[in-house]
Amino acid sequence: MPENYTSNEIMTIAAARALRNNDVCFVGIGMPSAASNLARLTHAPDITLIYESGTIATRPDVLPLSIGDGELCETALTTTPVVEMFRYWLQAGRMTVGFLGGAQIDRFANLNTTVVGSYDKPKVRLPGGGGAPEIASACGEIFIIMAQSKRAFADKLDFVTSMGHGEGGDHRARLGLKTKGPTKLITDLCVFEPNPVTKEMIVSSIHPGVTRDQIAASTGWTVRFAANIAETPPPGSRELQVLRELHARTARAHGG
Amino acid sequence: MSRFLSLAEAVEETIRDGDSVAMEGFTHLIPSAAGHEIIRQRKRNLTLIKMTPDIIYDQLIGMGCASRLVFSWGGNPGVGSLHRLRDAVENGWPCPLAIEEHSHAAMANAYEAGAAGLPCAIFRGYIGVDLPKVNPRIKQVTCPFTGEVLAAVPAHRPDVAVIHALKADRAGNVLLEGIVGVQKEAVLAAKRSIVTVEEIVEDFGTRSFNAVILPNWTIGAIVAVPGGAYPSYAQGYYKRDNAFYIAWDMIARERESFLAWMKSNVLDKGPEVFAEERRRLSLAAAGE
Repeated sequence: MPENYTSNEIMTIAAARALRNNDVCFVGIGMPSAASNLARLTHAPDITLIYESGTIATRPDVLPLSIGDGELCETALTTTPVVEMFRYWLQAGRMTVGFLGGAQIDRFANLNTTVVGSYDKPKVRLPGGGGAPEIASACGEIFIIMAQSKRAFADKLDFVTSMGHGEGGDHRARLGLKTKGPTKLITDLCVFEPNPVTKEMIVSSIHPGVTRDQIAASTGWTVRFAANIAETPPPGSRELQVLRELHARTARAHGG
Repeated sequence: MSRFLSLAEAVEETIRDGDSVAMEGFTHLIPSAAGHEIIRQRKRNLTLIKMTPDIIYDQLIGMGCASRLVFSWGGNPGVGSLHRLRDAVENGWPCPLAIEEHSHAAMANAYEAGAAGLPCAIFRGYIGVDLPKVNPRIKQVTCPFTGEVLAAVPAHRPDVAVIHALKADRAGNVLLEGIVGVQKEAVLAAKRSIVTVEEIVEDFGTRSFNAVILPNWTIGAIVAVPGGAYPSYAQGYYKRDNAFYIAWDMIARERESFLAWMKSNVLDKGPEVFAEERRRLSLAAAGE
């Protein structure tokens, strides 16, 4: 130790570890999907993974490129219409956790996937919110996975696509939300968790070999560190093997 | 009552310039062939409605068919941007594109309300986010029983719904299965509809009692277009061509490469190219 692994691999593995075997997880596409399936293929074989295309308890052999690949439907326990997914399953509060990524995040874990610049005259038009605005409010708690950079970890968002802790403190409760909001933000450098009172995301665990200066240099706000900071356990050899096999199968299947 | 038409006839008779058109399909069963025909017939000034605009709307927007887009997630899934959509929003090329943006939950609810004949959809959503500040059609209502404040959006009532389904029978009923998205809602919410299908069968035979079936009296035109969802997929017929979705990123990135691709693959071709793609994918799958 340390073994050879990439910052992307430890990010995915640390994110996968956050999921529990009895979770019902609403899975975003991309890195959340990789982390969720890694959890299912390692320590959480009974986890229920749900994608917004309507697939419930899906067990894909390869990672889907889109949120609605046939692989998700073929390996699911059942597939519901999209209206039903958002009304009966998400809105009704049946998900214990929602797993999201984003283009930009702020210190209260609000996410922007809509625009850079002004909404009417955007510098960059991003894809938009999709399911995220309601995933962020309806799931029991939210995990977020994002690679860190000063641009992505912004002091101020140009647009709030989905709410994290809003302005901090009891903002969610003031809006009538009973769900916890973002409880973990897993990056390629460290793990953030919200301060229990202010709800600002603070560093709770640092990945092996990463320095505080590195984290500060990759964060657009003045980053705070928890008093009892942990070191993220390095990837285990089985975690790495399962993740690499999953990515290799996926690359073969997509033929890109 | 549904009628069997050619693709050109169906688009010509059903879609007029200025119509609102919902071409649905949630990654699965995207009506790509119908989109190409709309482009060939140079329809203009359309309001395009779709949860996930996908490549098909990138093409329609880049070819100047649309003046307005109602959507909730406008990317190339798993790949990145829809470059033609971005160019229209950021630079007004080839023509300005007004947008009305929602969340998935709002769009799905709006289709359901349209199918249900209601004026609006009510749901718990848009809490603590900025979309209601930029979209005046997102409003709030208070539950008269509990006092809970809920989100409301107008029902979708498109002039035309266009979907791709798996099969039609000789009587003109339509069947789809797998990831069924919001297609049933879109057809029932719309005034007129076009359904392209992989095949027309004598009758559906043994099927799941809960397969999604649209009776012939709920549908306008039916067109057999084998492979008509390509590069999306049709469950049980062919898989999503993920390699093409990845390749589209380069094709659509620049205006010139996009226009050249559209000329040689859409304007100069007909719906038969979709059958060829289906054949190619079937052969590739058989060789696996």
